[in-house]
Formats: sequence, C-alpha cells, structure tokens
Amino acid sequence: MEKITEQKWQLSKDWFKAIKLPWEFFLILITALVFTLCSFASPYFLDVWNLSDATFNFVEKAIVALPLAMLIICRDIDLSIASIIALSSVAMGFAAQYGLGLELIVIIGISVGVLCGLFNGWVVTHFDIPAIVVTIGTMSLFRGISYILLGDQVLKDYPDGFEYFGQGYIYWVFSFEFALFLLAAVFFYALLHKTNFGRRCYAIGNNPTAAFYSGINVKRHRLLLFVIVGALAGVAAVLLTSRLGSTRPTIALGWELSIITMVVLGGVNIMGGAGSIPGVFIAVFLMGIVTFGLGLLNVPGIVMSIIIGGMLISVIATPVLIKKFSHRGS
Amino acid sequence: MTFKKVLATTAVALAMMSSTVSADEIKIGLVVKALGIGFFEAANEGAQEAAKELGNVKVIYTGPTSTTAEGQIEVISALIAQKVDAIAVSANDTDALVPILKKAQQRGIKVISWDSGVSAMGRQMHLNPSSNQLIGEMNIKLAADALKAANIAGGDVAILSATPTSTNQNIWIEEMKKVLPNYSNLNLVATVYGDDLADKSYRETLALLKTYPDLKAIIAPTTVGILAAAQAVKDQGKIGKVFVTGLGLPSELAGHVDSGAVHSFAIWNPIDLGYAATMIAYNLVKGNGSDSKIGMGRLGDAQLDENGEAAMSEPFIYNASNVHKFADIF
Repeated sequence: MEKITEQKWQLSKDWFKAIKLPWEFFLILITALVFTLCSFASPYFLDVWNLSDATFNFVEKAIVALPLAMLIICRDIDLSIASIIALSSVAMGFAAQYGLGLELIVIIGISVGVLCGLFNGWVVTHFDIPAIVVTIGTMSLFRGISYILLGDQVLKDYPDGFEYFGQGYIYWVFSFEFALFLLAAVFFYALLHKTNFGRRCYAIGNNPTAAFYSGINVKRHRLLLFVIVGALAGVAAVLLTSRLGSTRPTIALGWELSIITMVVLGGVNIMGGAGSIPGVFIAVFLMGIVTFGLGLLNVPGIVMSIIIGGMLISVIATPVLIKKFSHRGS
Repeated sequence: MTFKKVLATTAVALAMMSSTVSADEIKIGLVVKALGIGFFEAANEGAQEAAKELGNVKVIYTGPTSTTAEGQIEVISALIAQKVDAIAVSANDTDALVPILKKAQQRGIKVISWDSGVSAMGRQMHLNPSSNQLIGEMNIKLAADALKAANIAGGDVAILSATPTSTNQNIWIEEMKKVLPNYSNLNLVATVYGDDLADKSYRETLALLKTYPDLKAIIAPTTVGILAAAQAVKDQGKIGKVFVTGLGLPSELAGHVDSGAVHSFAIWNPIDLGYAATMIAYNLVKGNGSDSKIGMGRLGDAQLDENGEAAMSEPFIYNASNVHKFADIF
C-alpha cells in the first residue's frame, strides 16, 4: 500500500519534471496554437501584407518591453514609459516646428527619453525611493508637461522623410519598425544573456544586498537601466510619432500597461530575479497575434481586453500552480 | 490543461462569430470613437437600417475601448485587412488617423468621416451631423432658456467638454464663445474636460460647483458629460439652482428632465446620422453622386462644400414635452 502511494508520487514528480520545460517553449506552443486558430477562424489572417500591417500596432510597445524586462528583473519598474513617449514626441514636434532637420529631430526625441530615464533613475537611486512610487509620479509629471506645452494643439510640421521611420519598408513587407525591433531584440538578448552587465541584473534581482557586497555598483547599474529604458522609449516615440504623422499630448496614452503586460507574459518575474529576452520576444508576438486575430473577427475591444486579461492570468498562474502541486508531491 | 480547453472553446466561439462572406456583398466598416457609448449604439442602429434597406450590405460596427487614436488605428487596420469596401469613421484625432486612412484609400477603400472629422487628406468627404454654428448657438440658447424658465436673471455658466483634443468639441466651444456676447446675462467662467469618462466628468462638475458658487448653468456638449453633470447637480442638491444643458441622449436624460436638473437639451438624431453615413458610403462605393451632392436615402441629398463637408440637419430640442417619446428610441 505504502509502496503504491510512493510510486504514484514518484510518477507525478516525474511528470512535473517532464513538463518543467523552459517558459519560452510553453509560450511558443501557445503562440503556435493561437496562430493556427486564427488562420482557421479568418480567411484574411494568412496574408503577408495583413500580417505585416499588424506588426505596426505592437512593435513600438515591444521595443520598450525589451529594456523594461531587464529593469523589472532588477526589481525596479518604470510606469512612466508612455508619458516619456508623449514628452519626447512633443519635443520632436516643437523641434520640427522650428524647422530643424530630420537627424536633429530624432536625436532630440531620443535625448528627451534619455533625460527622463536619467531623472527617474536619479530620484530612485539617490533618494532610495521605490521605483514604483517615483515612476507613478513621473508618469503624471511627464504627461502633465506635455499637456502644459501643447494643450489642445497639434504639432504636425514634420519634414519630408520623417514618415519613413513609422511607415516605411526596408524590403518588401518588412517595415523599418519591424527590422529595428528585431535588431533591438538581438541586442538586448546579447546584453542580458551574454554579458557581465546582464548577469549583474540577475544578481541584483535575486539579492541586491548580496550583489552589493560582491562588488557590484548596484545604484549605478539601476540608474543605467532607467536611462536605457528612457532611451528606448525615445526611440518608440520617434516611430509612433512618425506613424501618426502628428503629436498630441494624449499620444501613447495607457501604453505603460500593455508594455508591462508583454513583459510579464514573457515570463519575467514581476518581483525581479528571473526572466529572459526570448520569453518577452515571443510574448510580444503572442499579444500581437491575439489582438490582430480578434480584430479580424471584429471582436469588440472590451471582449478582447477580457481575453488578454484571462490569458495573462492563466499564463502566470500555470507555473505557480505547477510549482505548488509539485511541491506537495515531493 | 484547462487553459487549452479555454482556448479551444474560444476558437469555436470565434469560428461561429466569423460569418460566411458572399462574393458581391458590400462591406462597410462603421468606426466609432469608443464602444459602449449610447450615441454610437444608436448610430449603429441607423446604419443597420440603411444596410437592410439597401440589401446585400454588411455593416461592421467597431471601435476601440477607450477614445484614443492609436486604438482606432488598430481597428482600422483590421478593417483594411478584411478588405472592406468603405470605412465611415468618427475620429478621435483629426490628424493621427490620416496616414492609416490614406493607406486604406490606396488599397481602394472609400473613406468618409462623420460626426468628428479627419483632415481632408484622409477622407473623401465629411458628414457633419449639423452645422457647427447652429450647434454653438443652440447650446447657449438652451442655457439662456433654462434660466428664463426658472426666472433667474443671469449668472455664471461653465462648459464641461470631452477631451481637450476632441475636434468637434473644440469647434462647438469656439462657436459658443462667438454668440455669447449676444447674451449679456450669461458669464462664461470656465471650460473643463471630463474626457468622456463618467467618473472624471462627475468629479469635474463637483469641482465646478465648489469653485463657482454663483454658477447657474453647465453646458455639456457631450452625452457622457451631460449625464454625469446632471447626476452631480442632483447629488449635491443643486436642482433648481444650477441647470445642466447641452447635447445628450433622451433615454439617458429623461429622468433628469423629470427631476429638474435638466430643463431642456438638444441632439440630432444619431440613428439618422448612422443611416446617412452608411448611405453615403454605399453611394461612394457604387460611384453615385458628384463632388457637390451625394444621396443620403430617405434624408435627401447632402450638399458638399468646397472642403468636401456636408451638414445633415439642425439639432433638435428635447424637453419635458417630448423626451419620453424619444427615450424609447435612443
């Protein structure tokens, strides 16, 4: 009798070990499943141009999700990303209005992002205030400045050629935005998984005190990550502004939550210490495909939000439940 | 595992939602500012009526969950992917939708805007529900009428609008300010923005009531705002002292007309508006009509001005005598 129970436990343990595949595998499986479902559900889904068009709606967010994943792994968070995009877009709008050239406008856009990130990072590390508190504040601050500068006005005097960033194609159906996202994904993969800088992220995320005593300049590292997130928010601002061809202070309103959703869906532990760039990379496509597929079926946005919310909770709950049951098993 | 079950169930549900497409069916995408707003639900009713009358026309009623340009772009790109024949949009942003609507036109889709317009480059024509001048005059006249009916000589009035970037709201406010000098007893003290959100509009109204003790009338040219303002006036026990007026839906305001928080209000018929937009979209697809005139079915012909804009009709006043009759309709 005892033996049978033991054997059963042994079995269940093996089963959990067997499905203890990397998170990325689990995500790829779901993504492939959703992709297949969508191609059966809508005759318009499997069309290269349609798929290419669909990428425009998520790559800007995805570009910010990559560095944000690293920041969250480090136990920090930045809720002001969407507001940084707005402020950076407003700055570019004014630069364009003063007749500055293409390169300068882009440089200004990214610089504003860097400065916002620097401000976030400085306040967080210098005054030792939790990142969530600081960036909730700067979320309103940066957005507020955009409103004050612009009010109900619109800036749309962008020079010829500016539309390329958000609307142009480098080859056939591959848009500039999409190519840039792939490039960024490779860069952040290398940065997080192949360098000392990346390993320090995990060290800080798992135990900041231990990381500090092992000689890592924790504050500088965190500050740098805030700056990187800001810079990429600036890049996203260039792309989005170019895609819309105009700037209003409401630009990218509410994006912080969809970007954080991508990161969390990608398997990044919101408490820090764990996560990977490939996970986020796949999650971005999962979100994009789900949104596009449901859009093609004219599913109302409210239902779409419910489905994405449900997906997020199930995906997050699955490993937690597996862990819980496998723990009970041993 | 249950997650996969959920996915499978969703897939079946989705497959059922995607109806079969007949080859020569004309598909018209009716894009609204956001789903779940009574005004647009009524417009959809009119659009469906037009589709029924025309036969072989399918109206796809869609829109984002919140009133953002980015959300509408996502919805419009899904319509382009479905190869609809025409798109009729009530825009959240005059300029930001232009690139995606240009793309739609390049792919042979007829584009019109209605209710809230887009720049001329992004559409073939724009259907105004009424003329902006008439709406502005009407709103101020209603405020004056309410004070007169209550035997109040005059006092402060305030405007509660939607978002500061809403195209039509800003034009109407401008028109209101133009006719205000004719009403020497009305003193405009503030314009506040409730973002077309019930809770924010409510809070903004409370702030108005506190800040301006001499406030006699609140003009809210938005269906969300007027309802929230009327509720706030009622909750604060200001009935008979402060009158709410503006543009609203009879079904939502009938109770407030009974309570006295609203003396009278105006609106065009959103059912007619959805009907007219659908008729015009259909006529454009079929190549009926000219640069100066296009048919709106039972509503006669729309006269286009040099900017490609047309007005449907003048706003209609609702008060205790007729509000209940229309409350059953929309």
